[in-house]
Amino acid sequence: MFGLDKKDASLLLIVAVLVAFAPFLLNPFPEGSAMAQFNAGYPDLMQRFVIFGIFAIGFNILFGLTGYLSFGHAAFLGVGSYAAVWMFKLLSMNVIPAIILAVITAGVFALIIGYVSLRRSGIYFSILTLAFAQMSFALAYSVLTPITGGETGLQLALDDPRILDGANQTNNIPVPGFFGMEMRDSTDLVLGNWIFTFNVGYYFAAIIMLISFYVSIRIFRSPFGMMLRAVKSNQQRLNYTGLNPRPYTLAAFVISGMYAGLAGGLMASMDPLAGAERMFWTASGEVVLMTILGGVGTLIGPVLGAGMIKYMENIISKINADILHSWFAFLPDGLEDLVVTMIYPFIGKGWHLTLGIVFMLVVIFLPGGLVQGGQKLAGLFGRKKAEDTKTATTEPAE
Amino acid sequence: MDAIILQILNGLDKGSAYALIALGLTLIFGTLGVVNFAHGALFMIGAFCAVTLSRVLSLSHKVEVPGETDFLGNPMMRDVPYAYEIFGESLGAGIIDWAVPLSILFAIPVMILIGVIMERGLIKHFYKRPHADQILVTFGLAIVLQEIIKYFYGANPIPTPAPSAFVGSFDFGALVGFDPGTIIYPYWRLVYFAFAAVIIGAVFAFLQFTTFGMVVRAGMADRETVGLLGINIDKRFTIMFGLAAAVAGLAGVMYTPINSPNYHMGMDFLVLSFVVVVVGGMGSLPGAVLAGFLLGILESFASMREVIAIIPGINQVIIYLVAIIILLTRPRGLMGRKGVMED
Amino acid sequence: MSKGNLTRRGVLKTGAVAGAGLALPTYLSAQESGFTNAPTGSTVTLGFNVPQSGPYADEGADELRAYELAVEHLNGEGDGGMLQTFSSKALQGNGILGKKVEFVTGDTQTKSDAARASAKSMIEKDGAIMITGGSSSGVAVAVQALCQEAGIIFMAGLTHANDTTGKDKRANGFRHFFNSYMSGAALAPILAAQYGADRKAYHLTADYNWGYTTEEAVRSSTEALGWETVGTVLTPLTQTDFSSYITPVLQSDADVLVLNHYGGNMVNSLTNAVQFGLRERQVNGKQFEIVVPLYSELMARGAGSNIAGILGSQNWDWKLENQLGAKYTGTNAFVKSFGEKYGFPPSQAAHTCYVQTLLYADAVERAGSFQPCAVVEALEGFEFDGLGSGPTLYRAEDHQCFKDVVVVRGKENPENEFDLVEIVEVTPVEQVTYAPDHPQFAGGALGSCNNGA
Repeated sequence: MFGLDKKDASLLLIVAVLVAFAPFLLNPFPEGSAMAQFNAGYPDLMQRFVIFGIFAIGFNILFGLTGYLSFGHAAFLGVGSYAAVWMFKLLSMNVIPAIILAVITAGVFALIIGYVSLRRSGIYFSILTLAFAQMSFALAYSVLTPITGGETGLQLALDDPRILDGANQTNNIPVPGFFGMEMRDSTDLVLGNWIFTFNVGYYFAAIIMLISFYVSIRIFRSPFGMMLRAVKSNQQRLNYTGLNPRPYTLAAFVISGMYAGLAGGLMASMDPLAGAERMFWTASGEVVLMTILGGVGTLIGPVLGAGMIKYMENIISKINADILHSWFAFLPDGLEDLVVTMIYPFIGKGWHLTLGIVFMLVVIFLPGGLVQGGQKLAGLFGRKKAEDTKTATTEPAE
Repeated sequence: MDAIILQILNGLDKGSAYALIALGLTLIFGTLGVVNFAHGALFMIGAFCAVTLSRVLSLSHKVEVPGETDFLGNPMMRDVPYAYEIFGESLGAGIIDWAVPLSILFAIPVMILIGVIMERGLIKHFYKRPHADQILVTFGLAIVLQEIIKYFYGANPIPTPAPSAFVGSFDFGALVGFDPGTIIYPYWRLVYFAFAAVIIGAVFAFLQFTTFGMVVRAGMADRETVGLLGINIDKRFTIMFGLAAAVAGLAGVMYTPINSPNYHMGMDFLVLSFVVVVVGGMGSLPGAVLAGFLLGILESFASMREVIAIIPGINQVIIYLVAIIILLTRPRGLMGRKGVMED
Repeated sequence: MSKGNLTRRGVLKTGAVAGAGLALPTYLSAQESGFTNAPTGSTVTLGFNVPQSGPYADEGADELRAYELAVEHLNGEGDGGMLQTFSSKALQGNGILGKKVEFVTGDTQTKSDAARASAKSMIEKDGAIMITGGSSSGVAVAVQALCQEAGIIFMAGLTHANDTTGKDKRANGFRHFFNSYMSGAALAPILAAQYGADRKAYHLTADYNWGYTTEEAVRSSTEALGWETVGTVLTPLTQTDFSSYITPVLQSDADVLVLNHYGGNMVNSLTNAVQFGLRERQVNGKQFEIVVPLYSELMARGAGSNIAGILGSQNWDWKLENQLGAKYTGTNAFVKSFGEKYGFPPSQAAHTCYVQTLLYADAVERAGSFQPCAVVEALEGFEFDGLGSGPTLYRAEDHQCFKDVVVVRGKENPENEFDLVEIVEVTPVEQVTYAPDHPQFAGGALGSCNNGA
């Protein structure tokens, strides 16, 4: 199917099914139940899952295949968002031109930064990319305020030209759409106590994510991907065979930069605002963590890692002491307080602590990331299932 | 002229902090081959050793002040430190005043212990793992350490002043014939510089002139051979880790009077110290120190109004710009060794 | 205390036909009432979006305390706080429009992306009808724009940049806190009175929007009174050691240093400035002075003894009513209920958040509806008193509150860590009022209120 072998095709199919039914899968708990707090099936978070999935898939093309650890990838995401918002301001609220420009701009940036940074390897390469990203952040936050909006971010305004859209009829800022379909439009499905939300923006981003995923599988399986793996395993040997690895790594760098730009453009399409913090080193670090957490060099790992981190950030941080008290209200008073006091440091404002602990646990017990966890889990369910999951991962490139 | 002298002093002072942190980082990063994202957290914990000791010393109990009430109308309570009662008022006050220097004695064992526990309990198992895994585990550890400190001390900076004997500034200018008051520098910052120089000197001497140091250097160059010679290199690497933690911690202790410590100060320094180490060159201790002072001085000059007027925003990017230029002209930083962390 | 899970969806569950396979258009409840997240059950959900991680976490914690107190008072629990002193008597202590007030919390991380994600989850998942909170202008502006788009009311927390009600103002957003312009206008006359009209000022300014507007406000106000500005330098947000920005002050002939910094930047720059002996310095026979246009109680605590004698401005202080009399009624009522619940006096951030919640609830009561446009109408041009700041106007043109501004000075010998500042003077509202089209607020438009889907 689509030029994929059987394993990859079924992996793509599984991902497609998961993505299509995400509104059901992420909302497993009925409304009004105590566990509803853990439901993640609302549009904003689902959009974030797939968008950061794209970002991590792209990052993995560089890091997973070539082993070059870029610590400045968030810069491309930021540049992509700025480009997209400028498109919304100047041209049209249609997301297509915005996303195209975002990808192109990020690609150009990646070409320049990659050309310079790839002259070095290992840690020296990482620090070069970090330096470029930090410079982008610092300048966007301060000196470039007229272009980037600085601290308050780049926003749409009522008096933006939007030359393709014609005059604004209402006194409200228009929202991004895809030929008339607004990204924020949703439909609810009520099934008994369950409510499932289907959002235009989510499915738009999800389709793009599936395409990106498909492209990434093709890259992994292509001769080009093989060449990148060769760069990772032994660059010197590659040099001796008379091949220059630079054009290959640069191509991988630019492709992964364009993925980041695509993610940035999509973020702006779902929520038309671009801020400089998107380029701060912690944002670059986050995608590194997503990829490692999920499993470096595996196809699906980075997506899982992205989902994990975004889930913690958006769900755990919203649990507060009152919610805890309502969960444990069935316990006797003294015991209730004790249990709440013990859990409290890990939720709400303590969500960072939980995140840190999860990082450590995963890397200590699952050296291959979450993907390995999935394999182990599948191993428990007998041989047949285990084979299934093997198709869901590929051999790490190492 | 006087402006330039002052900026050089500023640069040396900032450089001392950078150099101290980078020194510890290089000991771990360049010798053990571990990418330690928790190093900034060690610096932060050192600073909170000072906060903790000054809190312990000024532990107090409430005494009612007759005739006064607080904002809710309850009787006014005043804190009286136990130290006043144990040592008498003047000696007690003196001890509280000297909390930060006293913290050095407190921080050394604490930091060595933390370093050794970290190495034995966690890092040891990651020597053979990919750098990516090391990044994830140490980053996770850094977050955990940070959040623990935040849980107990809050997110707000905590003022930790220097002893009153060191408050105020030293007038250099008057010594060499400038007008008084033009070239002055705070005493504590001079102390910090001197302290950094002593620590850096001590670490170099330790590695250069002791048998232990010789073995460690040999282990850095070729771990396997040293192991084959029947030397227990693992144990020495553990001690090195403790030493690196202590250096980072002491840098933190002494830094508290310069800027009030807060729980994320480690993260603020983390990226910068990685840049310093890499610009210095992987595996080179002198390189790390040199790069620390170089970047400190350049950063200071870039923040001058005259410079910003020529290149707007240069103060925002100077460190990264210099890092890029150096790494592009010298492939392995200032003094890096070939083959270390290059793949 | 039970939070319950009666969110929009929970309510939907009870209201909607529980028929399997029935696909309904979104915002079902909205279609009946015409606006986003219309509460249909016996409760209404407010969203408290404050920094819970990052450098402003403690400020966020204080805001959250105030919000919880406000919810208690709205629901008729506790001693009622400012409900007793508020000039509008629409609130009965039986929730809002008879619906019990519930709340959800989120973490802004002081990043606009995270703040918007958190606000969106409150709107989409929890069915919040109003979002409030925040402790920086970047976040306030970002969330305000989001609420405008979604058709939700945004009641800003601590945000001081002119932009929030200037070039980035929105019809669905309201700010009770004062702004940079007001700080400048309030401080300048007092600076001139205390330090003389013949002064040379040197500005260190945080290199981002808030810093720019604050510097401009202080500069123009002080220059109008005869001060001269001899230098301005922008400092990076990520700067921690300000020594290299302080030493050039020693070379200049400036006799006042203005630190347009906030949060950790301010704590560090002030600490460094005092280290370099600027407080003891004499220039041209004048005592050198340091001014910090805006500082909070928490920043004063972080700076420790360095804050002593430093002039700055505040939105409100808990000692107002005790020291300046009944004009600031409400202050003591609030301080009492806050102090009794938490054991220490509230900060200005807590005050503004508490007041914003009450103002929103009151506007809903008076409008008789949760519909955002009705609430906007009720708040626009609303004049009130008894909320601690004296008579106050919510101006219709830009949704900014106009009230007296407090000028404070760091105490020389504070008795405890909550009593670090003393009130120098209160600048009356007339002196800090400006025209809606003032050049410092130019650009941007409110647009029209949005009811959402």
